[in-house]
Amino acid sequence: MHKIRDKASYIKTDIIKNKYIYIMLLPVLCYYVIFCYIPIYGAQIAFKDFSPGLGIWGSPWAGLKHFWSFFTGPYFYRTLRNTLLISIYSILFSFPAPILLALLLNEVKNKAFRRIIQTVSYMPHFISMVVICGLIREFTSDQGLINVIIQAFGGEAKSMLMYPKYFRSIYIISEIWQGIGWGAIIYMASLTGIDPNLYDAAYVDGANRFMRILHITIPGISSTIIIMFILRIGSIMSVGFEKIILLYNTNIYDTADVISSYVYRSGLLDRRYSYSAAVGLFNSVVNFLFVFSANSICRKVNETSLW
Amino acid sequence: MKLAYGEVNDGMAVESKSVSGRIFDCFNILFLILLLVVTLYPFVYVLFASFSLPARFLKHDFVILLKPLGFQLETYRLVFRNAMIVRGFFNSVFYVVAGCAISMFLTFLGAYALSRTGYYFKRFFTFAILFTMYFGGGLIPVFLWVQQLGLLDTIWAILLPNAISTYNMIVLRTAFASVPKSLEESVKIDGGNDFVILFRIMIPLCIPTIAVVGLFYAVGRWNEWFNAVIYLRTRLLYPMQLILREILITGTADYIAQNASMGVGDELTAARELIKYAAIIITTVPILIVYPFIQKYFVKGMMLGAIKE
Repeated sequence: MHKIRDKASYIKTDIIKNKYIYIMLLPVLCYYVIFCYIPIYGAQIAFKDFSPGLGIWGSPWAGLKHFWSFFTGPYFYRTLRNTLLISIYSILFSFPAPILLALLLNEVKNKAFRRIIQTVSYMPHFISMVVICGLIREFTSDQGLINVIIQAFGGEAKSMLMYPKYFRSIYIISEIWQGIGWGAIIYMASLTGIDPNLYDAAYVDGANRFMRILHITIPGISSTIIIMFILRIGSIMSVGFEKIILLYNTNIYDTADVISSYVYRSGLLDRRYSYSAAVGLFNSVVNFLFVFSANSICRKVNETSLW
Repeated sequence: MKLAYGEVNDGMAVESKSVSGRIFDCFNILFLILLLVVTLYPFVYVLFASFSLPARFLKHDFVILLKPLGFQLETYRLVFRNAMIVRGFFNSVFYVVAGCAISMFLTFLGAYALSRTGYYFKRFFTFAILFTMYFGGGLIPVFLWVQQLGLLDTIWAILLPNAISTYNMIVLRTAFASVPKSLEESVKIDGGNDFVILFRIMIPLCIPTIAVVGLFYAVGRWNEWFNAVIYLRTRLLYPMQLILREILITGTADYIAQNASMGVGDELTAARELIKYAAIIITTVPILIVYPFIQKYFVKGMMLGAIKE
């Protein structure tokens, strides 16, 4: 009992002593409680049958039935497969692109030229998703820029976003376009941490450019690459819905529909709130486990985690 | 020796005189120029197309645009005369200004509190805040909760649910934490409290980082569209991005072109394309105008965010 009372009085003194800090935290904590933690508690709707009149808290419990109906339904396989495939292609192609750009930029001697390339290359990161997807739709349409180029080389023009087989390529290529410059920033920063003496020593030892890239530059940024790679693997289950729902149409659901876009469609368009909340919760939990493990691995590998 | 960001790290930059090295340099520069063209050309194309004459644009089939085909401002006039688009543009300006004010205020307070040490609940609150970066209730529970709060179809549904970006708050916290302790001690000796330290010491000293964070928020607000899709029903509240989505994706451009009788048949089709391009330019220009001035700060902001605890 004494301990508890001591602790209570200790906390009381602490709050009085740091009252201004707690006053500052109050609105911030209110925000996190109202817009982050209550919705987490509200995820219970996945185990209920939502009825608009009763609200989140009043709706009757339904057990795991929404989860089962997702796992045994036809959408589970399709959305999971599409999510994983888009992620895996993204890891294979979008992930290495910024590393390559950073290595190439590091070989450019002309300062002004490098600066221009860098500045331009991360511009697409700030363009809105609506504009980017609008451009993709325009350019891949049967009279769009890409088809004009294809026709110039004797190919046949077609409305590419109508064919399931093109969707993943369109998604990944545009992702590289959007992210290559912004992604390179972290590697460029990492490159500046390599001891310049190493290059001189290697030069004296007769190592040529390629040997220096291979034996000094790449090992020098390998820890950054490993961390970024592990974190990227950690987010394998999260493919954002914004780009997907701006690009897809009923013709290409077969390759384009991912878990998050399915949650949006079944929940907010078809109003199957509880069912889609269950699908979303399944995705968040799996996602969390992946990200959490990735972060722990990072800590172990390198004593460095992003947070 | 520590190099600044963006400096070449290649030792004393020993010139490689070997033939293979030169060939590599050539290909490297060619490749980077190609990248430059690929990144910029879509925007250049859209810009040129938006000024082109529909009839000539229609016939340019196998030619890639290198300059506007003719010149007209009719597409822009139509876009600007459309009440919905103008309204959307100013709504977006409002969401950016009001949203940034709310976000910055909360972020200042949170970042300051998290940058302090020696109060009992610091670890708990830090954990509780960082946890939300990894796990959330998800789209549907958030939507139902916002609906239950009665915020649906009000500006508050746009301004409040994403008011704080935890990432931005951490960036600012890192900056606040690096301000020398001695400065705040002097304020405390003069009897000033934490609010005085925040507004008199921290904020004036961290202007560059605050600019970064403010711009992250502003760009985020300007580009935001999804929350507007799910929370807003009244068209008068729509931000520009949502109007643009209608023009680009659900064919409002047809309506604009038809009403203005910009030709018939194929020419109408072309005019419709050009109106889309003009709308893209108008939505993107505010970002492209500020971009050259702020891009160096963005790099700094990104690096600050990546600094570990």
